Amino acid sequence: MPGITGKDQVLTTYANKLATLDPVKGRSLTQDATRRLVRNKAAVASIIVVVVIILAAFIGPYFLPWGFSEVDWSNIRKPPNPEAGHYLGTDQNGRDMLARVLQGTQMSLIVAFVATVVSVTIGVIYGAIAGYFGGRVDAIMMRIVDVMYALPYILFVIILMVMFGRNPVLLFVGIGAIEWLTMARIVRGQTLSIKEKEFVEAARASGASSWTIIFKHIVPNLTGPVVIYATLTIPEIIIAESFLSYLGLGVQEPQTSLGTLISAGAPVAEVLPWMLLGPAAVLVTLLLALTYIGDGLRDALDPKDR
Amino acid sequence: MTEQKPILQVRNVSVDFKIPAGGMFGGNKILHAVKDVSFDLHQGETLGIVGESGCGKSTLSRAVIKLIQATSGESLWMGKDILKMSPKELVNLRKDIQMVFQDPLASLNPRMTAGQIIAEPLLIHYPEVNKTERMARVVEMMEKVGLSANMINKYPHEFSGGQCQRIGIARALITKPKLIVCDEAVSALDVSVQAQVINLLMDLQKEFGISLLFIAHDIAVVRHIAQRIMVLYFGEVVEIGESEQVVMQPRHDYTKKLIASVPVPDPKEEMRRRELRRRLRREAAAAA
Repeated sequence: MPGITGKDQVLTTYANKLATLDPVKGRSLTQDATRRLVRNKAAVASIIVVVVIILAAFIGPYFLPWGFSEVDWSNIRKPPNPEAGHYLGTDQNGRDMLARVLQGTQMSLIVAFVATVVSVTIGVIYGAIAGYFGGRVDAIMMRIVDVMYALPYILFVIILMVMFGRNPVLLFVGIGAIEWLTMARIVRGQTLSIKEKEFVEAARASGASSWTIIFKHIVPNLTGPVVIYATLTIPEIIIAESFLSYLGLGVQEPQTSLGTLISAGAPVAEVLPWMLLGPAAVLVTLLLALTYIGDGLRDALDPKDR
Repeated sequence: MTEQKPILQVRNVSVDFKIPAGGMFGGNKILHAVKDVSFDLHQGETLGIVGESGCGKSTLSRAVIKLIQATSGESLWMGKDILKMSPKELVNLRKDIQMVFQDPLASLNPRMTAGQIIAEPLLIHYPEVNKTERMARVVEMMEKVGLSANMINKYPHEFSGGQCQRIGIARALITKPKLIVCDEAVSALDVSVQAQVINLLMDLQKEFGISLLFIAHDIAVVRHIAQRIMVLYFGEVVEIGESEQVVMQPRHDYTKKLIASVPVPDPKEEMRRRELRRRLRREAAAAA
């Protein structure tokens, strides 16, 4: 194209025009969805609940008189007692339950967040590539997913633990490595339908490379299903982590997580009920709120699909 | 038409599709979507391709620019066979051949603004151009196709069908191509908007000297824009010639049927034509 070097006189006038232009702001699909989400009362309430839980878990411990591993020798196995600073009582070792619940929530949230990020990243890229290229590439990539599905993940995590020792990082990797499989399948299915849309063909006709098409045209249009599925993955991961910790494969003492706390509280629920009620209440509230957020997001992102 | 060499020469292009005949080992049936089609296209000329749904118009247009793989034949772009080009040459070719699609809204990425959509081909073919210049080009194109430049940050769903098609045309024009393939570019628009878009295309063609490959099922529309018309029937060329001649003195029965099917806004004339259609049908039945 002649004159593309910036010396074009006509172009300069357009550039000046652009500088003085006051363009109308467009309303993107994301903004639309946010507006619909804000109108959904259950979702907004759930978001507030989750934010409060997150803040409490990360900031709360600094305001407590007792640390999560500190032992109060004069208050062992005691019910809630505000005068001694034990608002949720103490466990068999004299450690403050409220401090432990907050620390456990913190750990569960970190595991959930890291594992979700891992599974979304791997799943989206893997699924989009398999779906876009199709044919033999797709068949091989999805058979690998099928094989990994067939592996029981408990076995997978146990093998990891035995080989590398107990380490929270391994827990993230283990859970993330399992959770991405479903994400990859969902993304592949969506990609198959998006790649038949005319705007993808338009991009091909104007010479865009496969990678440009995948990352600029397909992945952004996957936002809806991916965001929805990710919010529903978080509770799943929290439960998986709780389950592994319950089996003693998860987080190590004196660190704790919601699952570890519940597993410690369950056998003594009759004599020391406060050891079970605190962590159980937090876990249930968190899961319920996340599910409502997921539902709200689905309604907001897919207004046709109700 | 000047007597220079045509910019696109299509020779004996065929496209076959394999259709699984059912079952895992049932083998494939072969569908001949386009059979042995040849035509020439000159600089600045418009060739209309008409035919009913499913007759292979879109398949043909995509095969000659290698968006889908042709089974045989050659498609010479300025003397070089597109069907044998390397991926790198193809990317360069895409700069010279652009496409406008049928569904105006579906052909625009819903997550990009009008400005980003129009700028995309420029970004692919001239990555060295800086942002200010790129946006200046976008503004230039938007004004050329009759869109107000302050809509640059709006998203496709905020535009009407006609406006979306203008965005599609601006996107096709921004790399200054030599050929634009319009695949049913106006079929999805209502009649008054159709006229606007067609006149816009003709004006732009005059201004930039672009050739058009104009696909439509409506022969009245094609007659208005094209100098020459090619009629396709089940993947085969049944007639090709100057548009006035094809429309006024059709030689093939299928072309006659196609022309007789265009409605006329005059009840008396329409009655007479209904008679004509009946007669054609009776003759066809008698022949069979």
